[in-house]
Amino acid sequence: MRAVVTADPILRARGVNKSYGALKVLHDVDIDVLPGEALGIVGPNGAGKTTLFGALAGSFPVTSGAISFNGIDLTGTRASDRCQLGIARTHQVPRPFLGMTVFENLLVAAQSGARLDAAAATGRAADVLRRTGLADAANRPAAALGLLDRKRLEVARALATGPKLILLDEIGGGLTESELIALVDLIQSLRSEGLTIVWIEHILHALMRVVTRLICMSEGRILAEGEPRDVMANAEVQRAYLGSSPE
Amino acid sequence: MSRAAIADKIMPMPKGDKLIVLAAGLLLLGLGALPFLAPALIVDKMIMLFILIIFAVMWNLLAGYAGLISVGQQAFVGLGGYAMVRMVDAGLPPFPAIFVAALVTGALAFVLSLFVLRMKAGEFAIATWVIAEVIRAIVSFDPIVQGETGTSVVALNAYAPEMRRMTIYLLALVSMAGAVWGTWALLKGRTGAEAQAIRDDEDAAASVGISTFRVKQRIYILASVGCALAGTLWLASSITFQPRTGFGIQWSIFMLFMVLVGGIGTFIGPILGALLFFALQEIFGDFGAWYLAGLGLVAILFALYLPRGIVGLWLDRGYNEPLSMRRRLKLPRG
Repeated sequence: MRAVVTADPILRARGVNKSYGALKVLHDVDIDVLPGEALGIVGPNGAGKTTLFGALAGSFPVTSGAISFNGIDLTGTRASDRCQLGIARTHQVPRPFLGMTVFENLLVAAQSGARLDAAAATGRAADVLRRTGLADAANRPAAALGLLDRKRLEVARALATGPKLILLDEIGGGLTESELIALVDLIQSLRSEGLTIVWIEHILHALMRVVTRLICMSEGRILAEGEPRDVMANAEVQRAYLGSSPE
Repeated sequence: MSRAAIADKIMPMPKGDKLIVLAAGLLLLGLGALPFLAPALIVDKMIMLFILIIFAVMWNLLAGYAGLISVGQQAFVGLGGYAMVRMVDAGLPPFPAIFVAALVTGALAFVLSLFVLRMKAGEFAIATWVIAEVIRAIVSFDPIVQGETGTSVVALNAYAPEMRRMTIYLLALVSMAGAVWGTWALLKGRTGAEAQAIRDDEDAAASVGISTFRVKQRIYILASVGCALAGTLWLASSITFQPRTGFGIQWSIFMLFMVLVGGIGTFIGPILGALLFFALQEIFGDFGAWYLAGLGLVAILFALYLPRGIVGLWLDRGYNEPLSMRRRLKLPRG
């Protein structure tokens, strides 16, 4: 099932486990993300998708397992280090810096994540604002944004850190069809610039337009992995998604 | 990127703010001349005002901009004083000791930061208070301090009172101006932006590459040095050091009052809050317990009718915050 590996993975996770007390959220997860690819992750709620992102981005220490990025072992590194190395993430529930303006949210991300000086960070922030359709809201307080703009801001702020790999967590939810098209266009253009993308999404038709490979997770494990069409046709995946009746 | 020809810029400081800065500069020059003209009583009161402004600005930096709500800054006020007592006792002249003691206190703050900054919100607040009490108890054991009796920086009596007062006044003025300007520069820079991000959401801040611990540590140490400096200046002007006063919780209450009443998380608010607090102290300070009740009443009135503090007078009318830290993007027209 595994896609033919043609390059060294940019991100490699081996045997990643995460438990909260007796609750095991991730079971021996192995993932390879290839440079420049767009990898989709699907799975029912509670499958451990967001927890996997947290583990990759360093939001919390994993219980066991190894993660490396561009050949660098990430064990023991903090979220801020990983961001500076080039891993950016968005949050499923947007977490903007509410006491700051939209522009300031991006500015600090460009200054800290990409280590740009004030002038370069200003340019980066303004570019990202235009690309994500937030330019008009630049000087508005982040607290004044509605949910959709907050989701945009999540993506914009992650992009401002100048990532090599971006972890997108359900950024399509609640968008109208035309907004989804704009989002797909944005992600495709980012990919054409060489950005590696991992995207968790429930809105499959949007996801399928972007990703070249798909992983389905269920109950903290990887259930299936490969060509998007094949994965969605997989019987186990269908069962996990549609819910099997207990036998 | 297609518009690379237009360089994106942050908007320059508004005209009104430039005027405020100019006026503040002129005021500082005027204040520099004051001790040569004003009676001793006024000079003493002004020293206290400068100390209050340092306290307010430092607590605002800590709580308003970095979200570190400390009720234990008296630890550094007391430690600064104690370090100064020790240094002068060891033979260091008192005036340089004002600054050296503050810096040494900063080194102690570094050690403390390794413990307290691991805690969040409420835990942090309580820990800062407990630490202040523990340090007070330890310092009281030092024979030099003579328990709660306290001690005096007798070396200061070697100077003529006029000369001493003028020196302390000028040192306090320079320290206050330095604290205000330093805070401004810090907040305008990357550290200031990072601190505000941490205040708003620490995990999200880490996710955009901010070394959260290091930034908090920097702010914590700076605020500690600032409070210690205010403490040494206060000791220099009052001469007597008593652990109960030096490490008293009242310092934290004053800081809280000035910052909240002035406008937390704004640059100018705490300075205005310090002025108001100073005025209240001057007018009602002689009424004993009623004075404290009055302070409480003022705080309640502000909480009810002007929750954003004095700065709310502008904000509630739709005016921009004077001397705002906001960085606004200059958007190309059209």
